[in-house]
Formats: sequence, structure tokens, C-alpha cells
Amino acid sequence: MSASFEKGYNALKEQVDSTVASFFSSCVHCGMCAEACLFYTETGAPERTPINKTEPLRRVWEQEYTLFGRIGKLFGLGKKVTDEMMAEWETLVYDSCTLCGRCSMVCPVGNDIAGMIRKTREGMAAAGHAPDGLIGATKRAVTIGSPMGVKLPALQAQIAHVEKDTGMTIPVDVEGADYMLLLSSMEIMNFPEFIEAVAKIFKHAGVSWTISSEAFEATNSGIQIGVSDIAAELVQRIVDAAAKLKVKNVISPECGHAYMAIRWEGPNLIGKAFDFKVVHILELLDDLRQQGRLKVSGRLSQRLTYHDPCQISRRGGVIDEPRNLINMFADNFTEMPDTGKMNWCCGAGGGVSSNERADEIRLQVFQRKKDQLDAIHVDGMISACSNCRIHLEDGLEEYHMDMPVLSLTETLAENLEDN
Amino acid sequence: MSEIELLNWARGPGFQIASVIFVAGILIRLVEILMLGRKANLAEAKGSAMSSGLRTIITRTVPDASTYKRSVFTVTSGYVFHIGLFITIFLYAPHILLFKDVLGFGWPALPTSVIDATAVVTIISLVAVLVHRLKDPVKRFLSTFDDYLGWFVTILPLVTGYIAFHRIGMPAPSLIAIHILSVELLMIVFPFTKLMHAFTLFLARYYNGAISGYRGVQS
Repeated sequence: MSASFEKGYNALKEQVDSTVASFFSSCVHCGMCAEACLFYTETGAPERTPINKTEPLRRVWEQEYTLFGRIGKLFGLGKKVTDEMMAEWETLVYDSCTLCGRCSMVCPVGNDIAGMIRKTREGMAAAGHAPDGLIGATKRAVTIGSPMGVKLPALQAQIAHVEKDTGMTIPVDVEGADYMLLLSSMEIMNFPEFIEAVAKIFKHAGVSWTISSEAFEATNSGIQIGVSDIAAELVQRIVDAAAKLKVKNVISPECGHAYMAIRWEGPNLIGKAFDFKVVHILELLDDLRQQGRLKVSGRLSQRLTYHDPCQISRRGGVIDEPRNLINMFADNFTEMPDTGKMNWCCGAGGGVSSNERADEIRLQVFQRKKDQLDAIHVDGMISACSNCRIHLEDGLEEYHMDMPVLSLTETLAENLEDN
Repeated sequence: MSEIELLNWARGPGFQIASVIFVAGILIRLVEILMLGRKANLAEAKGSAMSSGLRTIITRTVPDASTYKRSVFTVTSGYVFHIGLFITIFLYAPHILLFKDVLGFGWPALPTSVIDATAVVTIISLVAVLVHRLKDPVKRFLSTFDDYLGWFVTILPLVTGYIAFHRIGMPAPSLIAIHILSVELLMIVFPFTKLMHAFTLFLARYYNGAISGYRGVQS
């Protein structure tokens, strides 16, 4: 990734389209997006107002794509983007934004501000103003195949463990399977129970599935850091593996941005519609539920809530499915105030968790999640993103709150009837 | 130039110049936005982009309860001065006569006493909006010259119209000429400031709703 200001400027130019232009033309500086953003509400710093994070992109739009901006530029008027300015914006664009998209739901003129910050990152990364942590993760994703450096032998070892513990076979490289499962590195290393849970549920419901040894990684650092070329390369690996194994469906696992990457950005990144369907694991499970292929044995009486991962719910469209599934086994399901598409981010998505510089602020803004949880007094929290889970656990510990954070898929698997 | 000549200029050439800049400016701004185009979405849709986009144009007018609670002043004052501007501009009998001249058709007016009271409320709300902009840390941080210029050219016709209606200080023709000139200033400035949101917000809300709706979320 050789970076230069010129490349960054050109990358920003490439991001401007009719949506960006109508958004910037409509902003009235009302400041309501600040109140939608936990990085503002929990710190009170006006510069963290979401629309301000898009300033590099706005300046490029104004100077390159508006008649009056161009005339102004001839006379040396208007605010220019400079390398120094972009360097100054780095912490706003990466450390103080998880691309959660709550601002986009609140803006009274309808600006998709999170989408614009995502686009701004394309320019920032190309100009070399991205955090080291994310650059490292992206390099590992390209060279090793995983942002955490997880190689195939590590996955094989975890699979061997699961097979030994359960006596089940985990299908690898099975040609013609109906579903190809992707995994996040976090699941492979920290939550191998997820693989076990999926295997158990699929055995229970009779789903034909496989894991590819060539493309098992679901996460995509390219879309977090904002380098479309790399994001496309990572998507292409999955597309190639799906073609090789002749699968009809690819399953995106419990990971927020992985779903965004493969489901919504994927085909646009590689410039071609997929020959297979992409389903989120929760969509598939809810489908199985509807078909009557999931039978639960016990019901949980604890008071449970669900934390919507932003990229799965608000930005992804998987909102009802988790609730249908939780209601299968939970007697006492309670929603947080502001939930579903209006849920507050955990504070560590969008690459923030890969960026050590943001460690302090991500825990500071967790106060928002604490306030949400304090309002409902629950015994446990379910979610469907391993990145959310890790950070939720971190946050709960930091604020001395004691409650388990559960995976929806794993909790469902635990409560299934034995075949 | 006598006051009658000034009034005639404002009503004639002045209004024509302002109208041309107003209409051409808006068209240029809209065309330069739409000409940029946008790429087709290759991901398989989960919902309808178009129906969601059209719905968001309407639904984004009302914030959800928790958002409202967090921005009570901004939302309430926003409603008051926007509705106030609509009533004073479009439902005042002499204005409707002007629209009838230009458009060829008119509509019923509200009693002048109602317009008078609305103008006062609108002026007060706009002053409050300015004070809030100067005091609120986020608004003050975001504000540029454009925000203050847009505010000034919006309140000016209200104030000059109010003064002309009550014939304060000067003979009627001068007051009306000043009022018309202030509106012409608004028309000339309009396309080049954030006031353009009155038109582009329909595009922005549509795109927002379409982007979300495509993924199966009503935004």
C-alpha cells in the first residue's frame, strides 16, 4: 500500500456521486447527528460530530464538483484539503467512528453520514492517514489470509478439537454442499464453540454444509480501513472458493462487518453479481425455524436482552430474525431502550477494535451501553457478532457490571432437542 | 430615483433579474448533482429501494421519540419557523395575488391577523435559532459564514414585510420596495447557500431511504 496525498485526493474524488452531492448540498448544520453518536454524547467533543468527520470529502466535492466551488478555487477561495488537514482528521475518521450508522437514521435532511465517512476512509487510507493497527490487520489479511494472522493449521486444530469433543464430523471442502460457512478469526481463536454450535444445529436440522480450506475467513479489513482494491481481493477469494466447491449459498457468521463486506459491498467491490446467495447465519436459522426444522428442549427463564450489531441490524437488515430465534428459547426477553435499527453501537466496530490508539475512547463511550443496560436490569445479553461480544465483555468488566454475553447461535444450539 | 421609481424597479427589472438567478441557480445545482449519477447496486436486494426512498421523504419529517428528546430545541424551533415561513409566504392574500400573476392560479388566504401573528412568532423563533447557534457548542463549531448569511436573508424579508404591513417609519411605497428587494436578495443568495436544502432534501431523503430499504431496513 504505497500512499500519497495525491492518491488520497483522487480516491476522494472517485467517491463523489449523486448521493454524496445531494447529502452535502442538504446539510444545514443543525447538529442533530452529534446527539446520535456515542462518540459525541459520551465525550461532549463538538469536533466528533459525525458530519464533521466527512469534511475532507466535503471539501473535495465542493472544489471539484460544484460550479461555484470551482470558480472559487480559481481565485484561491474556499477551503482546500491538504495533507496536514487529512492527518488531523485521522483520529476523527477512524478512532471516533464505528460506521454504526445511527447518525444516518437521525439526520433530518436524510444524509447517510456513515456512508460518507466510509467513503472518506477511502481517501484517508490512500493518503496514508490510517491507523497502524488497521494497516497491520489489512496487511495480514492479504498476505496470511486473516487479520489476526490465523492460518489454516490453526483452523484445522480447532476443528480437530471440536470433532474429538463432540464426535461430530466438521465437513471441509465438500463439493456440492448447499451451504459454505465462513468464520471470523475471532471465532476461530476465541470462540471455537461457535463452530461446534453450527455443526450441532445443522446436524439437528439436516443442513448440507461445508467449510472451505481456501477461503474460510469472513472478515474484511479492506472495508474497515477503506481500501476497496484489497476489500475486493478478499471478497474474490470467497467467490472463487464458492465456485470451486459449487455451493449455492455462502453463510456469513456472527460478525457485523463481515456481513456488510460479503452481503452488501461484495458484489459491488468485484463489479459482478454473485452466482450464489449470501445469507447471514441468523437469517438461515430463522428460515429453519419457520420450516419447523428446529426443536428446542428447554426454555430459559433469565431476563435476557439482545444487543443489535450495527452492521447486521441497522446497516444490514437482519432485525426480526434474531428476535424470532430468541423467543424460541427465552421466556423473559426484554428490549433495551433504543433498540433494533436505533440501537447504540457497542463502541468498537468499524475497525476501532483493531486500532490500539482507540482503546481508551472505546471504553469511555461504553457508558452509553451501560446506561441502556442499567435501564432494564437483565441477567444476560445475547448478541450475534464476536467483535461486539469481546468489546461488550471488556466494557462490562471496565464498568464492574456482571452479566454473561452470549452468542445467539451458541445459545440456540445449547437449547436444541437432542436428535 | 423617487420612491415610486424604486418600487417599480423592484417589481419589474429587479424581480426579473432575481427570478432568473433563482431559477437558473437552482437548476444548475440540481443538474450538477444528478449528472454525477450513481452506480447500480449489484448485491441482491432484500427490500424495495424505491418505495422505501419515497417513504423516507415523508417519514424523515418526524424524528423518533428518543431523538426528539435529545434535540428538543432544534426540532421544535425547526418546526415553528418552517411552518411560519410557509404560512407567511404562501397564505398571505397579497402574496397569493403575486403567485396568481406568475402561475395563473391562486388559492385561499388566511386572515391577515393570523399572518401578522405568525410573522411575529416566526421572527422570534428565528432569533432564538440564531442565539442557539451561537451558544450551542456543536452548532457553533459547525457554523460557517453560509449559516449566518442564510439566516440573515431569511429573516430580512420577514422583518421588512412586518414593517411594511404596519407602515412603520416611511411611506408605504418605500417600505414595500424595501420588502421586495429583501426577497430578491433571498432569491439571489438562495441557490448558493444551504438554503438549497429546500430542494435537495428530497433527493437526500430519497437516497437515504433507498440505501436502507434495499437492505430491508426502513430508515
